[in-house]
Amino acid sequence: MSLLDVRDLSVVFQRRGERPFTAVDQVSFTVEPGQTVGLVGESGCGKSVTSLAIMGLLPKRGNRVTGEVLFEGTDLLGLRPDDLRDRRGRDIGMIFQDPLSSLNPVIPIGVQVAEVLERHRGMARRKALREARELLDAVGIPDPDRRLTEFPHQISGGMRQRALIAIALACKPRLLIADEPTTALDVTIQAQILTLLKQLVDETGTALIMITHDLGVVAGLCDTVNVLYGGRVVERAARHELFARPRHPYTHGLLSSVPRLDSPRGERLHAIRGSVADNIPWVEGCAFAPRCDNVVDACLDGPPPLEPTASGGDLRCNNPVSEEVAVP
Amino acid sequence: MTERTGPENDAATPRPGMDDAATPRPGMDEAATPRPGTDDAATPRPGTDDAVTGPPRTETGQGEAEAGQAGAGDAAGRERPLIELRDVKVHFPIKSGLLFDRTVGYVYAVDGVSLSINAGETYGLVGESGCGKSTLGRGLLRLIEPTDGEIVFDGTDVRALKGESMRTARRRMQMIFQDPLSSLDPRQSVESLLVEGLKAHGLADDREATNRRLRETLEAVGLSASALSKYPHEFSGGQRQRIGIARALVLDPDLIVADEPVSALDVSIQAQVLNLLEDLQNERGLTYLIIAHDLAVVRHIADTVGVMYLGGLVEEASSDDLYREPMHPYTRALMSAVPVPDPLVEDRRERILLAGDLPSPTNPPPGCRFHTRCPWAQPTRCVDERPALRDVVGGHRVACHFAEDIAAGRVRPHEVEPELVRPDDGGAPGDTGELIPTL
Repeated sequence: MSLLDVRDLSVVFQRRGERPFTAVDQVSFTVEPGQTVGLVGESGCGKSVTSLAIMGLLPKRGNRVTGEVLFEGTDLLGLRPDDLRDRRGRDIGMIFQDPLSSLNPVIPIGVQVAEVLERHRGMARRKALREARELLDAVGIPDPDRRLTEFPHQISGGMRQRALIAIALACKPRLLIADEPTTALDVTIQAQILTLLKQLVDETGTALIMITHDLGVVAGLCDTVNVLYGGRVVERAARHELFARPRHPYTHGLLSSVPRLDSPRGERLHAIRGSVADNIPWVEGCAFAPRCDNVVDACLDGPPPLEPTASGGDLRCNNPVSEEVAVP
Repeated sequence: MTERTGPENDAATPRPGMDDAATPRPGMDEAATPRPGTDDAATPRPGTDDAVTGPPRTETGQGEAEAGQAGAGDAAGRERPLIELRDVKVHFPIKSGLLFDRTVGYVYAVDGVSLSINAGETYGLVGESGCGKSTLGRGLLRLIEPTDGEIVFDGTDVRALKGESMRTARRRMQMIFQDPLSSLDPRQSVESLLVEGLKAHGLADDREATNRRLRETLEAVGLSASALSKYPHEFSGGQRQRIGIARALVLDPDLIVADEPVSALDVSIQAQVLNLLEDLQNERGLTYLIIAHDLAVVRHIADTVGVMYLGGLVEEASSDDLYREPMHPYTRALMSAVPVPDPLVEDRRERILLAGDLPSPTNPPPGCRFHTRCPWAQPTRCVDERPALRDVVGGHRVACHFAEDIAAGRVRPHEVEPELVRPDDGGAPGDTGELIPTL
């Protein structure tokens, strides 16, 4: 049994007087214990909404979540709010993008870490603070004793993100969801945080869902990568396979439009034409069709199915990029 | 200096179309230059190469006209710096006190930067947040008044200009901002946004010519003329950035300072905007100062790259040299930290992890600013003496006492204990924002 099995997860946002908007559209993927799974895509592709839906953190009103999120066989979507709260933080930890807005500005760091231990492991405050000190030390925060009593604004962005990781890992969750954990950070700090995450995942055997727009981050970290476009998974492959032989024109386009540090200079970037605004609804065909170089008539007849590929991944495309075509 | 594409980078590039009767510019005579084939759809041209977009080049007459316009008339036009900064400093006072503001200290945002940019060249300025790169860009245009130093733009000392003469000079120096949504007034139509600059410089007297000019500019940035009557919120992020570029371009500037022009955009859109900036440079012979935190972007677009750390330039070299052999320890660490979208590379590469955070610019470390985090720092000299930016090999300038020794492997890296950095000392090291919030 997979640790997490997301089946046909859909999230539809509906506001009165407006057309419903499908942010996540029948997304399915699994996470095995100890595995690192990447969800990659650009803004608006539904990657963050997917993570919020898994955690049950979407607002109560204005949206409809359908499908199943099986965590060790239990459907999280069907749990009562109290039961879900028990699992959040204990079984599943989450790290958000912006550490400043996800930490409480008027509560000392130490208390914020200890809080989780008190809630889920029933520790007394004193004991929880001692444990919190160990956690801050484990995530590489210098002088943890002093940090316990400090407030979020007193420490730097990188340190805040470390504190957030300490909170997420406090109860040794079996699954950690990291939503753009390094996007707000500078590259040298990003390297520190990614190294830390990799090390923690290796040491504790925690499974990790890494949500990011940065293909470089995925390349160094994830075992399996799901590429999302317009709310659907368009390609899924093992890390090496995806980067060496991207089959979906969108994945291929993304990889060839990023300027790379190690590529020869002076070449034009191969931009994907248009923008997400050109997307067509999935019911009418492939959402990416208006921007796609490989578009064929069948793309506008209806949504292409997600089909298994020979290399063990999945692909949603009528006319995939040939396996021989390398990324420029 | 390395020229990326040879002749089209220097003054010989003709500028198509932009020159109408309203432009009071002497010595320009290329009204007959054919425009390159740009289509007017809102979608940009997909991956065409330079040969298609570049206008036909005439090597002789146009070049002279341009050189004459710049007022230099020198034979060595290729190496003529368009803008030169000498020991520029921007310090912000920290005020305190209830009734009377007392200056209790300074934020040394930019602390002695010298660099020069040749006409037609792209200079890339990289560094992490709080290193002073944006402040330098703004200081250069005097959007923030520099504390000290000299800024020479095309032979004139910009800092000595006052009032009207400064305004006139600004026409030739324009800026593209990071966040197109906050730098465009939501209540102004695109037309009014673009005309504003022309009016300010008295270039909008002839209604018809102005109209033609706006359309041509929009076309050049890949937007259709129907955009004129729309408002910023009606566009996507990439298109908004195109409007920001058009706003800078409509005044036909010589220098464009672009502060993080693509960092707010998705990667697929990033590539479109980067290609556009390159096309415009090839068509109009623009000079760019591109400020960005993304090394891969800067490597892609810049001819010369300067790396900043805590208010100072630590390394400067041609883009190829810098990426082939970074010599300053900070540049090395920075480059090793950039993720590369290739698992084969990622699995193999060695990371130089820097300990701790950027020190506070209020109280910069003595000696070499980087010694608190430098794995190669050597006893006493790095703490005692601030290294000057010096030419190490063939135009590769490095501010490190031990650059040669590190390159030759004579100085070995060692462990560094992270030092505590407190953002409330002033400034916000490692914070999400810039030292000076972007307008």
